[in-house]
Amino acid sequence: MSGKILEMKNISKTFPGVKALSNVLLDLYPGEVLALIGENGAGKSTLMKILTGIYQKDAGHIFYNNQEIAPTNPKEAQELGINIIHQELNLMPDLTVAENIFIGREPRDFLNFFLNNKELNQKAEALFERLNIKLNPRTKISKLTVAKQQMVEIAKALSFNAKVLIMDEPTAALTDKEINTLFNIINWLKNEGVSIIYISHRMEELKRISDRITVMRDGEYIDTLPTETTEMKQVVSLMVGREIKIEQKTSNPDTFTETILEVNNLNNHYLKDVSFHLRKGEILGFAGLVGAGRTEVARAIFGADSFTGEIIINGSKVSIKQPVDAVNHGIGYLSEDRKRYGLMLDMTVKENIAISSLSKYTMASFVKPSNIKKDAEEYSTKLKVKTPSVNQRVKLLSGGNQQKVVIAKWLLKNSDILIFDEPTRGIDVGAKQEIYELLESLAKEGKSIMMISSELPEVLRLSDRIMVMNEGRITGELLSKDADQKRIMELATKHY
Amino acid sequence: MSVTLISTKTESNKKILSSTEALQQILAFASLIILIIFFSLASENFLSWSNIEGILLSTTVIGILALGTTFVIITGGIDLSIGTGMTLTSVMTGVFIVFLGLPVIMGIIGGILMGALIGFISGFSVSVLKIPPFIATLAMMMIAEGLSLVISGASPIYFSDVEGFNLIALGSISPVLSIPNAVLIFFLMVIIGWILLSKTIVGRYTFSIGSNEEATRLSGINVKKWKMIIYTIAGCFTGVAGVIMASRLNSAQPSLGMGYELEAIAAVVIGGTSLSGGKGSLIGTLIGALIMSVLTNGLRIMSIPQEWQTVVIGLVILLAVYFDMLRKKGE
Repeated sequence: MSGKILEMKNISKTFPGVKALSNVLLDLYPGEVLALIGENGAGKSTLMKILTGIYQKDAGHIFYNNQEIAPTNPKEAQELGINIIHQELNLMPDLTVAENIFIGREPRDFLNFFLNNKELNQKAEALFERLNIKLNPRTKISKLTVAKQQMVEIAKALSFNAKVLIMDEPTAALTDKEINTLFNIINWLKNEGVSIIYISHRMEELKRISDRITVMRDGEYIDTLPTETTEMKQVVSLMVGREIKIEQKTSNPDTFTETILEVNNLNNHYLKDVSFHLRKGEILGFAGLVGAGRTEVARAIFGADSFTGEIIINGSKVSIKQPVDAVNHGIGYLSEDRKRYGLMLDMTVKENIAISSLSKYTMASFVKPSNIKKDAEEYSTKLKVKTPSVNQRVKLLSGGNQQKVVIAKWLLKNSDILIFDEPTRGIDVGAKQEIYELLESLAKEGKSIMMISSELPEVLRLSDRIMVMNEGRITGELLSKDADQKRIMELATKHY
Repeated sequence: MSVTLISTKTESNKKILSSTEALQQILAFASLIILIIFFSLASENFLSWSNIEGILLSTTVIGILALGTTFVIITGGIDLSIGTGMTLTSVMTGVFIVFLGLPVIMGIIGGILMGALIGFISGFSVSVLKIPPFIATLAMMMIAEGLSLVISGASPIYFSDVEGFNLIALGSISPVLSIPNAVLIFFLMVIIGWILLSKTIVGRYTFSIGSNEEATRLSGINVKKWKMIIYTIAGCFTGVAGVIMASRLNSAQPSLGMGYELEAIAAVVIGGTSLSGGKGSLIGTLIGALIMSVLTNGLRIMSIPQEWQTVVIGLVILLAVYFDMLRKKGE
């Protein structure tokens, strides 16, 4: 065990009916970044929850600084120096920066009952000075950007003198610039001797930041590889248990002739003079950094945000003031946050598929359930939704299958223009492939697709044409045969 | 090695923050002043000392209930049991003093402890049994209502033979203006509540739980324990309100109290506390309670029928919450 700060041996964990982990290994050296990867459901989170005391292991041993430990709650792990920064940041938005960092450890006056806010803020300031972070301890969390909130989390972890820091998808909500800042911090932490377990789905990041990569699949340990000498393709195939080809589309632009949607001079609070057109059977990719205004374009066209400008569908100018107008004009929108905006999680697959088309099934306001079941079954079979039956509640489905339910909803509604906003967010690698194939077959059938994605390989893989945005404007248009990551990034960072 | 991080505009942030929060307080306070000016122009009696005293006195019971329930609402919960809970504490105070012949001070403490017990049971149901606050306290509301009737035999308990009992609320120890004790107790409760909420660990966790309960739990805070403490504190406020109610009426009225909880919640909401938790203030609640009683009193002075007064208060609640939402949108 020489030199290792952490060693997890033969960890097993069973939940009622599911073997979540079996004999999983993990070791960590001081000052290294270990990437932990695996598809959703591979057991990464469960393993990390055991390490941080949120779950208890059924079998196995954890050695930390050559001593066996078994933390029973998060606080115990924190006090040992093991901290986790969750993907959904765990901060109290209505409390200040300093109040969040020292929650549960507030400096107190008499009887341990009265708060000493002055000392609290001084402690926070001293901490920021040590970490070279510029933050005001008195600012409320809700006023900070996600990147700064993350910094608060990191500062909080380091205030416990963290020796092991677990970061779960830390870059999911960050812009490229913020990611660079984060990586600077990670490098600084490494130099300070802090070890980092880094969970991410983004392969190119792992290459940049990690020293070694541990792969998990189906609750089992697969392998650990040194990053420097490893091909990412090899990692991906270990993850999914098969080779995956990442390719770029090169379509003939002359294939598409019929313009179905034309958008002219869209303007609102976020957007400046956005104009573009979408043709029948085409997949039009929208690339850009987070916050470039791509989602805002989708929301405007769908009637979710107000705007000025012209929208022409099938040659005639239409007025879209609210989502119901857009739906009636054959537009379907698949939000990046499907759990919040796309699905009724407690309702069944069948009910979710039919929700936008209920008028088809009603007679004098009474719903005829038998027809719904038949149609829902037809679409869920067509889209290969993996569910025991259409009576299953949607929240029990995996991310990829939930996404398919949302797609089925718009297909049943017979929407011709489909707007996909980050269609594969939170979906594991295998299921991503299926969603890609699905999008392509929809386009072949004559649906027109607007696809917003922050993952460039995904944009290149699917798009016939690519619109690039920055700061609420369209900064460029590329045909698939001319596009590559470099050209897209140049346009995505182009300023006016 | 040093790292350059995104710099924060520290100073300007601080200014913006303090000004929006100040604005909220000023807005509520300004509406109260405008109401007062309006009614004093409409009726010359409105600003007479006896009328002001009447307004303050009528604010005390609802006001104290509202103060306590502000804590619960900031955690993101709700407490429907405070109205009939108050009735039960009145009745138990009567039982202790009139039926059992305990000294008045013991009766008062017993009444307040009764309130604390009701709050504790609600808190236990919510945090340990995980029953949603609306349901848990709805059940508690009915239990307290029923028990009040059972214990008192459905008839009022009179304190007529207990010398000085009605002076607890209606006497005056104030050297000037003979402000009724009930009003003084109300202001004392405002101060106690304000200290608890803004200066102590209880207050910090009240906001923290309301802001993000899961994050609070993962920060190693015993959320179950603190929720029970917070509901129990709210229960103590209910107990104080019950004692004052009994003293003012010089009797414990077992069928009075239902509906008080909604008026108290209305005062909290008008005062700018968010029903979704995490945000709120006791000064806001104080102003909210005053707005409600100034409205009732002013409309009565203007001879507007009781039924219409209720309609107006309903409209005020809608307006208050709507403006609060506009303000938050503007932030």
